[in-house]
Amino acid sequence: MQTQHKNRMAWLIGMALAGCLVSSMAAANGTSASDSSMPTVSNKLLLTGGVTQVEGSAGGGLTPWAVIGGYGTGDEIGANAFITHVSLPDYHLDEVGAMVGLYNRVEVSFAQQRFNTEQVGAALGLGQGFTFQQNIVGVKVRLFGDVVLDQDSWLPQVSIGAQHKQNDQAAVLRFIGAKSDQGTDYYVNATKLFLSQSLLVNATLRFTKANQIGILGFGGDRNNSYKPEFEGSVAYLLNRNLAIGAEYRQKPNNLGIAKEDDWYDAFVAWAPTKHVSLTLAYADLGNIVIKDRQRGLYASVQVGF
Amino acid sequence: MFKYSMHAAVIATAMMFAQSAIAQDAAPMPQQSAAMAASALRDPALKPVFDEFGGKPGLVALMNDFMDNLMADTRTRPYFADSDREHIKVELVDQFCVILDGPCTYSGKDMEKVHRSLGINRAAFNALVEDLQKAMDKNDIPFRAQNKLLAKLAPMHKVVITK
Repeated sequence: MQTQHKNRMAWLIGMALAGCLVSSMAAANGTSASDSSMPTVSNKLLLTGGVTQVEGSAGGGLTPWAVIGGYGTGDEIGANAFITHVSLPDYHLDEVGAMVGLYNRVEVSFAQQRFNTEQVGAALGLGQGFTFQQNIVGVKVRLFGDVVLDQDSWLPQVSIGAQHKQNDQAAVLRFIGAKSDQGTDYYVNATKLFLSQSLLVNATLRFTKANQIGILGFGGDRNNSYKPEFEGSVAYLLNRNLAIGAEYRQKPNNLGIAKEDDWYDAFVAWAPTKHVSLTLAYADLGNIVIKDRQRGLYASVQVGF
Repeated sequence: MFKYSMHAAVIATAMMFAQSAIAQDAAPMPQQSAAMAASALRDPALKPVFDEFGGKPGLVALMNDFMDNLMADTRTRPYFADSDREHIKVELVDQFCVILDGPCTYSGKDMEKVHRSLGINRAAFNALVEDLQKAMDKNDIPFRAQNKLLAKLAPMHKVVITK
């Protein structure tokens, strides 16, 4: 009952965010139509807001960056909606979400993940295509620094954030040894653009109890405390619209019956305009429950301004 | 219950940091760094980039396209419409030429003085960067060379963006 209530809350937040997105877009269109001298959105430089990472925050594919999502500058509000699909040998993940970036200072995001266990669900007696659903509400605050402009110092842009996650399969999670069906990750990250080298570097330190980012619950028989985990990304800018890069995400290993591996990916992000970006990645997600070597294609489309 | 109070504490801490960061952003910049950013600093390491820009004739061609873009862009046009654009182009050629270690001298006005009263915000500054990028693309300047110049220009935001 409580879980249902929380899911409803998460949906409400999601709908509110989507509402913000639509109304800000309408406002943006109104602005450009009536007062073309000074539009109020879309003024960050291309790709400098990152894309949407797997938990709905602005970043690479796997890791959040210190950037605030959307193309709004300090005087503006930006927003994005995204859809992501990850296809693995024995599972697939479908995801939708939206985020709002406020004045290049605060980012609020919502994402819903649906992790489909395909044949593995049948093998484990859960039923073929058994699906874990997880709602994630994220908040990120930029503390200091400017990822693009601070080219005469070593100072990166630094942000802190939290991702609150609610999984809908409490009974199954208990059965596999997870201690909770909900949890909150806290992170601090630093992102630096080395413009002379056309290179962007990000480092994130995340404090988490999440098993497989929360899809298998939080905490476990092997460990039930917050552990610091390192995440890193590098991206090389090929031109204004195109970046290639690689990411690493260290993960806890809390469950005795389901070994968990660190994640890696190599990606291409293409933004033909500020209103749309496409990210393709080859991701190595290692062992997931009873299936090893889960490597496959990560595809994400983002629309916004 | 504990968890919720922890969330509240984290959010409160985040807000506090954000407040102080905002205060930091708004603090006046030290005089010294303003002067540093104001002058175009010659960097001998960028001589090969000067060649990639096509030398001084390349910079002249670039600046013609750049100014055309600025005037066509509704976000930047108001800042240039009533100014001596031919003079600005000459100044910009000299300034970029000096930064890229070309055989020029920059005798132009102090960047801080020029921009002080213009009320340029980040959106307008970024719009100008986009217009410059488009002009560099049109002039077939390699992307890496473009970024080497932009990395030298970026610190000027301290004296250009005043609101």
